[in-house]
Amino acid sequence: MSIQEIQEEVIEEFGIFEDWMQRYEHMIDLGKSLPLIADEFKTEDNIIKGCQSKVWVHAELKNDQLEFTADSDAIITKGIIAILIRVFSNQHPKDILAAETDFIDQIGLKEHLSPTRANGLVSMIKQIKMYAIAFQTQLN
Amino acid sequence: MFDVNEIRKDFPILERTVNGQPLIYFDNAATSQTPNQVIEVISNYYRNYNSNIHRGVHALSQEATDVYENARQKIQHHFNAARAHEIIFTSGTTHSINIVASGYSKLLQAGDELIVSAMEHHSNIVPWQMLCDRTGAILKVIPMDQAGVLDIDAYKDLLSKKTKLVFVNHVSNALGTVNPIEEIIKLAHISGAKVLIDGAQASPHIKADVQALEVDYYVTSAHKLCGPTGVGMLYGKEELLSQLPPYQGGGEMIAEVSFEKTTYADLPHKFEAGTPNIAGGIAFGAALDYMNAIGFETIAAYEQELLIYATEQLKEIDGVKIYGEAPQKTAVISFNVDEIHPYDIGSILDKMGIAVRTGHHCAQPIMDFYKIPGTIRISFSFYNTEKEIDTLIKGLKKAILMLK
Repeated sequence: MSIQEIQEEVIEEFGIFEDWMQRYEHMIDLGKSLPLIADEFKTEDNIIKGCQSKVWVHAELKNDQLEFTADSDAIITKGIIAILIRVFSNQHPKDILAAETDFIDQIGLKEHLSPTRANGLVSMIKQIKMYAIAFQTQLN
Repeated sequence: MFDVNEIRKDFPILERTVNGQPLIYFDNAATSQTPNQVIEVISNYYRNYNSNIHRGVHALSQEATDVYENARQKIQHHFNAARAHEIIFTSGTTHSINIVASGYSKLLQAGDELIVSAMEHHSNIVPWQMLCDRTGAILKVIPMDQAGVLDIDAYKDLLSKKTKLVFVNHVSNALGTVNPIEEIIKLAHISGAKVLIDGAQASPHIKADVQALEVDYYVTSAHKLCGPTGVGMLYGKEELLSQLPPYQGGGEMIAEVSFEKTTYADLPHKFEAGTPNIAGGIAFGAALDYMNAIGFETIAAYEQELLIYATEQLKEIDGVKIYGEAPQKTAVISFNVDEIHPYDIGSILDKMGIAVRTGHHCAQPIMDFYKIPGTIRISFSFYNTEKEIDTLIKGLKKAILMLK
């Protein structure tokens, strides 16, 4: 599936929830199925800065596609990364670079984009895009 | 008789909703709310007599100056300072501390020792670290124990002939611990050291008497005690402040200016460069009036009831760990629930309209001491209620269920 299609799927999924509690419960659930980063990659280098919680993201190129794994010590943050990874993982770096991120607003998680929230959501997206640039350069 | 429901009417913000829920504001240690009476003072200033102070011959300027200097006297009397000019208006506690830290740049030598406590807010650590960098002085730390109590015996061992300055908070913003500052000051003076007490967290709960304490410097911010943000004060003994060089140069803090030589003003103006936050200073005085009208003893007693009630309720929840259980505490509770990250609980409580603070509370050394990423902190003021605590407990239980 393309990034666009996955985003639409996520938006539809979240569309059935009536209140924030259901949305959060779903996010917490998604967090439980996050493709976990291997312990060896939980290094200082892989920590995303700007978070109240710790977030590690690791990327590997497999068949021209970028595969992300991650972890966080905060459950809600795990849920957010799980959504991001679902959308951006196993995609070609150039598609990742071209992708929009306004779907986050559409699933009612816009407040997590606020810089004061310090959950690193903005940093995470940046990191994913930086990985895409790096691997794109490698491919060229 | 103290009637919290009547008091709450003075604070219109307490009527608002957040995320569709009634606001429960438990982040008073970060900033307090401002009553109508203080808001009115600010509006009244701008509506009726806004004018630059100390400089004009015209009536408005005179009026503004009188009211502003009157506010300084209110602060002087509140803290029982001997002289009004020992009260310097600043932009807040952090600014106040920086004035003193910067002032000691030329007064310290390499090898001099400074003592800080393990439970300080970054604003009472970083300026001193910078001072040590500049002068070659050495920073030593008074350790604390698991209960969040300073080890005074260790402090006695740290003090020596080389100690020049000691800085401790009156009350810890992260733990609520009330520190034994009378003893800390006495011991420091025996060693010939001066003491700066950070009173930001204490001043909404405790009325400090700077003469009785014999403290050398005492600092606080107005916004912690029902005043506006952007204004605070530095109290310093006259003979000490006179020795410190000015912090910021500019207008107001001068006696005479020429390109050949400029001389500085006396206290307090030496440290009050530029046009101050006039409305803020006046409102600072008004905030003290407001709180003194209710009475600090009444306020403290009521807040202790809230503290005891909340602590009991929290302890009944499985997995709750409270940090900071000093024998004397103000109404602050820092806690975690098992291994759940404080950010998770804070986010869910926020959705329920409950405002708490999560994280390191600008006291990373404390978090490192307990080996935790941060805590959830609830901090009460005299306009909070037991009913709000009940709602918090219900919400907390729900959040824990969601996150386990």
